[in-house]
Amino acid sequence: MAARKTTEKSNVSGEELLKYYRDMLLIRRFEEKAGQLYGMGLIGGFCHLYIGQEAVVVGIEAAAKDGDKRITSYRDHGHMLVCGMDPKGVMAELTGRIGGYSKGKGGSMHMFSREKHFYGGHGIVGAQVPLGTGLAFSDKYKGNDNVTFTYFGDGAANQGQVYESYNMAELWNLPVVYVIENNQYAMGTSTKRSTKSPNLWERGAAYGIKGEAVDGMDVLAVKAAAEKAIAACRAGDGPYILEVMTYRYRGHSMSDPAKYRTREEVQKMREERDAIERVRELLIGSGQASDDDLKAIDKEIKAVVNEAAEFSKDSPEPDVSELWTDIYA
Amino acid sequence: MATQILMPALSPTMEEGTLAKWLVKEGDTVTSGMIIAEIETDKATMEFEAVDEGVMGKILIAEGTEGVKVNTPIAVLVEEGESAEDVAAEPKAAAPKAEAAPESSVKADAPVAAQPAAKLPAVPQPDWPEGTKMKSMTVREALREAMAEEMRGNENVFLMGEEVGEYQGAYKISQGLLDEFGARRVIDTPITEAGFAGLAVGAAWGGLNPIVEFMTFNFAMQAIDHIINSAAKTNYMSGGQLPCPIVFRGPNGAAARVAAQHSQDYAAWYSHVPGLKVVMPYSAADAKGLLKAAIRDPNPVIFLENEILYGRTFEVPDLEDFTVEIGKARIARPGKDVTIVSFGIGMTYALEAAEKLAAEGIDAEVIDLRTIRPMDTATIIASVQKTNRLVTVEEGFPQSSVGNFISATVMMEAFDYLDAPVINLCGKDVPMPYAANLEKLALVTTAEVIEAVKKVTYR
Repeated sequence: MAARKTTEKSNVSGEELLKYYRDMLLIRRFEEKAGQLYGMGLIGGFCHLYIGQEAVVVGIEAAAKDGDKRITSYRDHGHMLVCGMDPKGVMAELTGRIGGYSKGKGGSMHMFSREKHFYGGHGIVGAQVPLGTGLAFSDKYKGNDNVTFTYFGDGAANQGQVYESYNMAELWNLPVVYVIENNQYAMGTSTKRSTKSPNLWERGAAYGIKGEAVDGMDVLAVKAAAEKAIAACRAGDGPYILEVMTYRYRGHSMSDPAKYRTREEVQKMREERDAIERVRELLIGSGQASDDDLKAIDKEIKAVVNEAAEFSKDSPEPDVSELWTDIYA
Repeated sequence: MATQILMPALSPTMEEGTLAKWLVKEGDTVTSGMIIAEIETDKATMEFEAVDEGVMGKILIAEGTEGVKVNTPIAVLVEEGESAEDVAAEPKAAAPKAEAAPESSVKADAPVAAQPAAKLPAVPQPDWPEGTKMKSMTVREALREAMAEEMRGNENVFLMGEEVGEYQGAYKISQGLLDEFGARRVIDTPITEAGFAGLAVGAAWGGLNPIVEFMTFNFAMQAIDHIINSAAKTNYMSGGQLPCPIVFRGPNGAAARVAAQHSQDYAAWYSHVPGLKVVMPYSAADAKGLLKAAIRDPNPVIFLENEILYGRTFEVPDLEDFTVEIGKARIARPGKDVTIVSFGIGMTYALEAAEKLAAEGIDAEVIDLRTIRPMDTATIIASVQKTNRLVTVEEGFPQSSVGNFISATVMMEAFDYLDAPVINLCGKDVPMPYAANLEKLALVTTAEVIEAVKKVTYR
């Protein structure tokens, strides 16, 4: 990927840009805090951070409307924060407390909000793809114009059920946008070592599905592509594939030493391609925000995240009776 | 204000580690995300990133130190202009103790693991009022009628599977449904079990009530991840937000001469899984009443049919809306000398044996379990308390069979009532052979039931 062009102009309002800045920053600060709480032993098990990939979900969600659904893998904290779920409830789920979205019974990888149409949070790589296709099926069945965003990674893109889903989605023209978050590493295996065909989105062509690759470090590019994909789906011309080229700065999970790539590679991405820095420069460069404005936002976000962290520590563990609830509806 | 940097937990199992190397020294500026140290965990050497910004005030644990406990302060970060000495004297530890996760309040000796399933009344109630008009019907017709009635009553019920529509069903269960309900609600799928099972689970979360037909349950193994990980567990994992009202149905168990890959009973497999309900009817009345109940159930229901039973005719109550409650066994034949528990096609052998045994003066009580999960163990226990002898009959493999679970339950709850060891009759512990003579040997038979009953009654 080429170095960032700082002279780029955007035709987005300052207000919108500030919102994207705020949303991306919230994810980053939230994830940093989650990493910290993990280090303190307050979060257990697996914890997959979204740091570096913020522009993907913020760009896609910028094009969503009420009623649209979303589903993703276990790297799910960012998706939840952007679709309006409460950071307190998300963090408390990470710490396994009753105040969490799943009452502490799901953890980092398994959170849901029916209210915000967030359908998880799935721990089996690729399983969310048919599930998301089915969510889109339900909207088509009911005859509304909602769209489902089905996120998965470059690793999941080699699962067979992805292609079973593609086939049915195109066969039945389902309103689903498949968002491939290509962060270039499936745990420790780079796409070069796992995948012969270089462009994952092109695989949709075998099923007659339109798609394109998008610069996932540019929130405005992601948003523009999402608008196009969503419009096709709403018009009954779904599905659509977006392969969003992104990068995760942290390991696959908290316990990943990330020896499969160099420190320099990560550092280069951070310094040259960071999505949040890009928007910051756009805002400052165009005079749509001052340094002080952005500092104020930083402060505000820090407060939100600290409040979430405090809540997640103060919220009690689930009552032992919860062991036996919710097994059946 | 100074911030303590604590020894991080960098894997789910790490309790202590080696501070292998400091990558910053005292006085260095630290930015968020900067790698400041290398730490050896129980699994690997990890890079440790700073979360907070500031100046490295003091390194408290020297590099090379082994056995540093998680949450031990390893360094102090100060703000510009602050002195590390002030910090060293600072009394307030910024972090861990109070913040560490509280001890779990679950007591190790609390009897949670043994918590029994809800108690059901020991005497099963009749499924329909006395004097109800009856009609003759095959199991196939009963299943079709159940689906048609539920689809008429609820617009969100739809049927999906291979050959369910235009072909009219591989086993003709869905015959006529496409004509009545159209292609929107009777959906032919590609041969793609994992895909359409997952899709249907998503559709259920989206507010629909899918009936997924597997051409046979053998092929559902392609989809078992979605049945278990997606359908059965999500209500629990979502704290009750996302129930999954779905029925997975289709023929299960041995048909005839189709060999090992197409002849397997999955009752025990699915019965293992919390979050699923598992139903396996024998009669047409139960097929109809239970399938209607399954479609209305807010939970995922595994509905195990049997190809050989499809064409059998039974009396079915001629009621406008006949359902059978899931989780209730039926006493198919009352008796006093021995209890035979079976389900699905096993009932054929159980009932035949009971007839023949009656001629020899042995009065067998036959219980049709109907639902494998949640299991109506109360009806079994009550029967064993009366007969003091138990034989279970099923087609599945012997190890970890449904009968094994029943035996264990009876042993725990009615041990003193047993006058003989329980016998679990199962299919043989072999993949199903093709050759006609071997296949016959691999299946459970009426003769084996008779033999087992004689053994437990010491005749």
